Amino acid sequence: MDLLDFARGPALQVAAYIFVAGIIWRLVGIIMLKEKPEFSDPRKPGGFMAALKVIYTRSFTAAPFKRATLYPKMLGYVLHIGFFVVILLFVPHIVFFEGFLGFDWPGLPNNAIYLAGVATVVSGLALLVRRLTNPVLKLISNFDDYFSWFVTMLPIVTGLIMPVRMGVRYETLLAIHILSVAVLMIWLPFGKLGHSFLVFVTRGTTGMVFERRGAKT
Amino acid sequence: MKTIPTLGEILQAQGVSRRGFMKYCAATASLLALPPAMVPRIANALEQARRPSVIWLSFQECTGCTESLTRSSSPTLEGLIFDSISLDYHHTLQAASGDAAEAARHAAMQENMGQYLVLVDGSIPMGNPGFSTIAGISNYDMLMETIEGAAAVVAIGSCAAFGGIPGANPNPTGAVSVQDLVKDKPVVNVPGCPPIPMVITAVLAQFLTFGQLPDLDIHGRPMAFFGQTIHDRCYRRPFYEQGKFADTFDDEGARKGWCLFKLGCKGPITYNACATVKWNAGTSFPIESGHPCLGCSEPGFWDKGGFYAPLSTGKFDSGEKLAGAAVAGVALGAAAAVAGRRRQAKYTKEA
Repeated sequence: MDLLDFARGPALQVAAYIFVAGIIWRLVGIIMLKEKPEFSDPRKPGGFMAALKVIYTRSFTAAPFKRATLYPKMLGYVLHIGFFVVILLFVPHIVFFEGFLGFDWPGLPNNAIYLAGVATVVSGLALLVRRLTNPVLKLISNFDDYFSWFVTMLPIVTGLIMPVRMGVRYETLLAIHILSVAVLMIWLPFGKLGHSFLVFVTRGTTGMVFERRGAKT
Repeated sequence: MKTIPTLGEILQAQGVSRRGFMKYCAATASLLALPPAMVPRIANALEQARRPSVIWLSFQECTGCTESLTRSSSPTLEGLIFDSISLDYHHTLQAASGDAAEAARHAAMQENMGQYLVLVDGSIPMGNPGFSTIAGISNYDMLMETIEGAAAVVAIGSCAAFGGIPGANPNPTGAVSVQDLVKDKPVVNVPGCPPIPMVITAVLAQFLTFGQLPDLDIHGRPMAFFGQTIHDRCYRRPFYEQGKFADTFDDEGARKGWCLFKLGCKGPITYNACATVKWNAGTSFPIESGHPCLGCSEPGFWDKGGFYAPLSTGKFDSGEKLAGAAVAGVALGAAAAVAGRRRQAKYTKEA
């Protein structure tokens, strides 16, 4: 078994097991927690619509902070959109998803994907520089922040190197790329990248609690 | 004493023109990535070369490699050169058989000790000597005996180079490649199922011209032919970059000649010269005929998942194990929640 066979087979398989088990573990563990006691009568029911409202409104910065957070917010959007364009609209990736979903969707030309990939990496680097130079941000950053950044950037960087090669054989780069995805999948449920599946759960929960307590959302 | 004719004399006797011969030399120099100034040197060396003895051993194989070389639609110059410089022993092609054939092999070895080339097609079974024998001699014994006085060994085809189809999982005969067994002689792999005839003759031409074997890649293949992937040299590559793919063998994309990646093309990980040298006197190569590259010149190509499974698909087991992982996740989550609820109860009491 060569490196590519290992990456496409056992490595990806084990990563998928950990990824699925880890996400379900985290979700079930949180959803099954007891709700906090309410010490006053709910002002409103705090139902599903309250959850949806906060999921939407928290996508934008509150007016007083708009100016101060414009730069990181923009970079954050570029990083996330670029990341999802690369993952979901690169045809070989679509073929990968089709392998277990059973359906596909239209992709983009490779040049558009390369552009999205470069934008993702540049915004990721800018955010890292900000984290390292902003005293407050630096103080509250820990291993999780840096490692999560690293495992997010790794698949994008290894993917961008593939068409260039840089003297490395294509199959070796492909194997490294797939292994980097496996590392991302293994880490994702347990670190701060868990926000990828928890973000709407936590926002929704916040919305429901806030509405019951009469807070403006 | 027997007078051995030079290659130039042999070709002249067979009616090959000087112009045709020089064209072949220029093509060979180009294929070997040599500068044009080397063409006269190649021509001179080939013309003066006394035919080296070549012993061709066929082990666990389908004869496709020999067929590839001998069944061309019209006689080619490389075919003539190949016929001229080789084959003191080839049990598929020679008239002699049994003891007479073996005697010819021994005679060729004795007369050309230290100078002859051994070409091998087919893998060598190590599970049981009886799996494949020639004149009652096991493939292993014949190989090891024959290479003793060889100048170099050329493994022709993917079976000889990497074990090939006989070595595919579960490898019932314990098939191994030539390079697995031959450690004290230079080994050149010319894989492919079958390999391109021009590549075989170009390797021999280089050996005759420079007295040395070509530069090899990590799999022992001549860099000049196996230095780039099919994907890199494929005329359909622009469609890959544009995101235009054939989804089936008879859809619009297939009719328009779009990229065959989705149909399982292994071009991106296959190093060979098919896209440039092509087959059938330069007519076409598999992708040009609408079929994805199978990656036949790569080690273990038979076991790299389905031929028609796209390269970017994972090789997953059945969904049962994934379902098991999900169940494990639920159990772990429930256990975590129970522990969390205990902590919550404790803090609520404290509050």
